[in-house]
Amino acid sequence: MYNAGKIIPGLVIFLGLVTFPFWSNLGRAAFEAPELVFPETEEECVESGDWMRANHMILLDDWRDLAVRDNLRLYSSETGKRFDMSLTKTCLSSQCHANKDTFCDRCHDALAIAPHCWDCHVVPSIGEE
Amino acid sequence: MAVWYSLLLVLGMSLFVYLGAGLLGLQAIFGIAIPYAAILVFLIGFTMRVLGWARSPVPFRIPTTAGQQKSLDWIKPSKIDSPYTTWGVVGRMAMEVLLFRSLFRNTKAEITEGKLAYGSNKWLWLAGILFHYTFLTIVIRHLRFFTEPVPYFVQALENIDGMLQIGSPVIYQTDVILVAALLFLLIRRLVSPQLRYISLPADYFPLFLILGIALSGIMMRYFAIFKVDLMSVKVLAMGLATFNPIVPEGIGVMFYIHLFLFSMLLAYFPFSKLMHLGGVFLSPTRNLPNDSRMVRHVNPWNAPVKVHTYEHYEDDFREKMIEADLPVEKQA
Repeated sequence: MYNAGKIIPGLVIFLGLVTFPFWSNLGRAAFEAPELVFPETEEECVESGDWMRANHMILLDDWRDLAVRDNLRLYSSETGKRFDMSLTKTCLSSQCHANKDTFCDRCHDALAIAPHCWDCHVVPSIGEE
Repeated sequence: MAVWYSLLLVLGMSLFVYLGAGLLGLQAIFGIAIPYAAILVFLIGFTMRVLGWARSPVPFRIPTTAGQQKSLDWIKPSKIDSPYTTWGVVGRMAMEVLLFRSLFRNTKAEITEGKLAYGSNKWLWLAGILFHYTFLTIVIRHLRFFTEPVPYFVQALENIDGMLQIGSPVIYQTDVILVAALLFLLIRRLVSPQLRYISLPADYFPLFLILGIALSGIMMRYFAIFKVDLMSVKVLAMGLATFNPIVPEGIGVMFYIHLFLFSMLLAYFPFSKLMHLGGVFLSPTRNLPNDSRMVRHVNPWNAPVKVHTYEHYEDDFREKMIEADLPVEKQA
C-alpha cells in the first residue's frame, strides 16, 4: 500500500464521522417516545386526536392568519363545535393544555422542533407565581 | 433510453416498497434488515474501494497545473495553482474539495460569427456546489432522529435552514434549493445533444434516486396526506442506532419509500461514480506537488533492476586494469 500514513487516518476519520449515530448512542437503552400529560377534564380536542397530531401546526398557522389578518375568530370543527381561534385562550386554557412543558415541548424538544409560536405568544404561567 | 431506464428503476423500487411495506406489511424487512444491510455494504464497500486505490501505484508525477511553476527566484510562482510544497497542496485540495475550484474554471466552447469562442460557464459549478452543500445540510439535519438529546449544532442548523418561517411546518431553504439544483443537473444532461450522447444510466440513476429521496421526504413533511408520525420515526431510527431495532406501528408507507431509496443510495454508493467523495482526495492530478524538478519521483512499480556499478566493476578487474596501465580510481 502506498501513502498508508495519510490514507488510513483519512479513512478512519471518514468512517468515524459516518458512524456517528452508532457510537454516540453506545450504552444507551432504547429510546422511548416521551409521555404527554393530557387534559383531565376535557375529553375532546378541536378535531380528532389523530388529525391534530398530524395537522395541528397547519391549523394553528391558519388560525393565526385568519385572526390577525382577517379578524375572523370563530372556528367550526368537523363535528360542528365552535372554538375561539386562540392559542392562548383555547389550546393553552386551564382546562386543556395548560402546561406547555408537559405537552407541547415534550415532542418538540425530542425532535428538535422550535416552533415560532412563542416569538409572539407569552406562555401562560399557571399557579406557580 | 438511459433516462427512462433510470427513472423506471427508481419508480419500480418505490412501487416495490409500496407493495412490500405497504400492502404485505413487511415493515421489519424494510425498516430494519434492509437499512442495516445497506449500511454494511456502504462501510465495507467504501473501505475496499479506498484501499484498492491505496494499493495502486502512481507511476508518474502528474499534477495538472494552472499557474506558474516554481522556477528561478525572480519569477513569481503560483503557490496554489502549481503547488510545490505540502501546504500548497493542502490549500489546493481544500479549495478543490470545499469550493470545487477546478469546476469553477469550466468553460464553454461556442461558434459565434463563424469563430470559435470560449466563454466562462459557471452554471454547472453553481448547481453542483448548491446541491452538495444542501445535501450535506439535510443529512446533518437528519441527526435529530439519531441523537437524544439533539445536539446544539443540529438544532442551530434547523433554525437557520427554516429561518424564512414560511408556512407550518416551516419550509427549509435547503429542500427547495436541493430539488432546484438536481433538476438543473438533470435537465442539463437532457437538453444538450452532446451531453445526452455521453450520459449513461450511471449518470441519470443517482440523480433520479436522490430526487426520489428528496421528493419523498418533502411529501412527508409538507403534504397532509403523506404525513407520518415523527415520534414513531424517531423511535425506529433510535432503535437502529442503539442496535435495539423495533418497528413502531403505523408509520406511513412514504417513510418506508424514503428509507428504502436512501438505503439503495448507500448500497449503490461504493460501486458508482458517487465514490468521487473518497476519490477526490486520492486524485494524483490534484494531490501531488508539482516539484518534479526538485524531487525525483520514483515509480513504485519499477521492476527491481540488477545494477553493476563502475566501482564494483573496478573491484572485479582492478589488478588487470593496473597491469594494462588503465587509470583506476582506487589504487589496490
